[in-house]
Amino acid sequence: MINQIQSLGHKGLDFFQRLGRAHILIVDILKGLPVLLLRPGLIVQQIFSVGVLSLIIIVVSGFFVGMVMGLQGYNTLVDFGAEESLGVMVALSLVRELGPVVTALLFAGRAGSALTAEIGLMKATEQLSAMEMMAVDPVQRVLAPRFLAGFISMPLLAAMFSAVGVLGGFFVGVGLLGVDDGAYWSQMQSSVDIYDDIYNGVIKSLVFGFVVTWIAVFEGYDAIPTSEGVSRATTRTVVHSSLAVLGLDFILTALMFN
Amino acid sequence: MTTRIAEIWVGLFVAGGIAALFMLAMKVSNLSTYSSDSGYDVTAYFEDISGLKVRSPVTMSGVRIGRVKAISFDKQRLSALVTMEIEGEYDTLPDDSSASIYTAGLLGEKYIGLEPGAGSNDCEEFSLDDSGEIKIEETKNTDCKPSTLHQGSEIKLTQDSLVLEKLIGQFISKFLDDDKNKKEPAK
Amino acid sequence: MDENKTLVKVRDLKFARGGRMIFDGVDLDIQRGKITVIMGPSGTGKTTLLRLIGRQLKPLEGSIIVDGEEVTTLGHRQLYELRKRMGMLFQNGALLTDLSVFENVAYPIREHTNLSDELIRTLVLMKLQAVGLRGARDLMPAELSGGMARRVALARAIALDPMMIMYDEPFTGQDPISMGVLVRLIRNLNDALGLTSVVVSHDIEEASSIADYIYLLSGGKVVAHGTTEDLANSDSEWAQQFMNGKPDGPVPFHYQAPPYAADLKID
Repeated sequence: MINQIQSLGHKGLDFFQRLGRAHILIVDILKGLPVLLLRPGLIVQQIFSVGVLSLIIIVVSGFFVGMVMGLQGYNTLVDFGAEESLGVMVALSLVRELGPVVTALLFAGRAGSALTAEIGLMKATEQLSAMEMMAVDPVQRVLAPRFLAGFISMPLLAAMFSAVGVLGGFFVGVGLLGVDDGAYWSQMQSSVDIYDDIYNGVIKSLVFGFVVTWIAVFEGYDAIPTSEGVSRATTRTVVHSSLAVLGLDFILTALMFN
Repeated sequence: MTTRIAEIWVGLFVAGGIAALFMLAMKVSNLSTYSSDSGYDVTAYFEDISGLKVRSPVTMSGVRIGRVKAISFDKQRLSALVTMEIEGEYDTLPDDSSASIYTAGLLGEKYIGLEPGAGSNDCEEFSLDDSGEIKIEETKNTDCKPSTLHQGSEIKLTQDSLVLEKLIGQFISKFLDDDKNKKEPAK
Repeated sequence: MDENKTLVKVRDLKFARGGRMIFDGVDLDIQRGKITVIMGPSGTGKTTLLRLIGRQLKPLEGSIIVDGEEVTTLGHRQLYELRKRMGMLFQNGALLTDLSVFENVAYPIREHTNLSDELIRTLVLMKLQAVGLRGARDLMPAELSGGMARRVALARAIALDPMMIMYDEPFTGQDPISMGVLVRLIRNLNDALGLTSVVVSHDIEEASSIADYIYLLSGGKVVAHGTTEDLANSDSEWAQQFMNGKPDGPVPFHYQAPPYAADLKID
């Protein structure tokens, strides 16, 4: 009994220790960002592997999600004779929710896990230690560019997701189901607000970008340097960042749209 | 060189992201219907504005010419004060225009519809010509300016929002009254 | 005079990991320009010692002075300045896997200097020539054998012309030929570049063939030290057991455990 309480206490302390380490790490990373601006080449390289390589999955999923929204929305709206509002429904759901959230989830699976695995393996093969001994700070040289690249890429990816999704909805709604072309766009324009919807959606995806890359980078850096440790860290990245995204989405939505 | 290709891709990626944001802003959202700051504010009092919101459209002849900028409650007059921003290019609205709150469709959003008045200026002279028809002539008075809505002017003629519950309530009470009236003579 | 000759001075070093004392009062002196070998059975924390000297780990207690600077209390910036003057060769080389051999060696130069590409090329080729791998410059680390990877890592470690190099188990898992190559390289580089070398190893034969001075660690303490001859002729049981590879002696054959009979529940 005492042992169980003790181990519970230990786990609690471990949790707070990790939380503390994660925050110390993010502070170190943020401190490294100004230096990084002198070397844009590093960021470009990372945007390539974090952003560009996630492009296909994001664009394809965005298109399909938009098509599904078009189909589902049409079937629901047509019962009320309101199928002209299809554009509004597709655009609002994409810009406010699906764009930022689904992009963040896909990003966590595609880029976040890759980041964790890469950094974890660099740690396991002592590459990070070697850098330290070469007087190169791995937090600034390896983690900070990856973090910044994720932070920059996420809103761009989310915007593309939403934009492609709106086109997907257009393709199904207007192209296949015969909703009026003009109504699709004009109703959308009169109901989607630049500040309330688009701007807030971008803020959401910035927050998600920050959190997902933070988790990914931290899990990699904090991984136990064995193959098992790295694989567990990768799993944790996907699980934790998905949960964080969905939880934060609720909080942000409550703050923004009330 | 591989870094060159990577850089090109990143450039395309960033450009694509910004293009997508631009499309969301211009094509999807109402940014394109936002005017520049050249609009002017007009106020109106309503007894009941229920359903009207800030940024609801203001239309004339069905064309959007502005939007609701602010809604507040006037403690003295005990009615709602609505401030509308009319786009600058529509600067010829007569100052006796009336404002009504309508609903787009049966359950759609509320908007303000303006109807032009006759124009309460003194710039015209009425006279009867030989054939007995009314002839309108502009005065020779050069000071005369057509009086139009401008920054800070108030629309006096307003018609409130139609509230479905009230309508139904009125309809039912009227129906009951009619019923009573019909029955009474039979007595 | 002694101060000047000593590059690394470790005093009363204590370090614990996972509740176990790895070092319990270690004193070491590493002389400039010499090859000092630190030997001891596996698991005595030899690698940990190197990491403590490079301040990748912080000791519980004690002082480590490198080139007159107290490593344990250095600030971030001074530490990184000091590390530029230290090289370290990791057990498996720890090459950056996404860079070619050439770029790996060029890496520290690019990070810390603003030299022109041409000059960097010259420097890198010189370093690669020193380890005999000038021809392998375009290979990726995955294409190298273990011995070659260590030699590339060695070229990288000397890229900034450090004052000392720490070798972490350089001979482990090498075939006799590459072992011989490495032994000769360590000796030659040390003498030609005027380096100070610290070699951590448990390969007695190779290590003692290049050692100017040997420290023998066991149970968290220095149990014997001296030149190769000193140790070979020493009557210390520790030295005798280790140098001659006896299975039992002061370094126990058994890992610390409760009494055998009690463990098997025999009364």
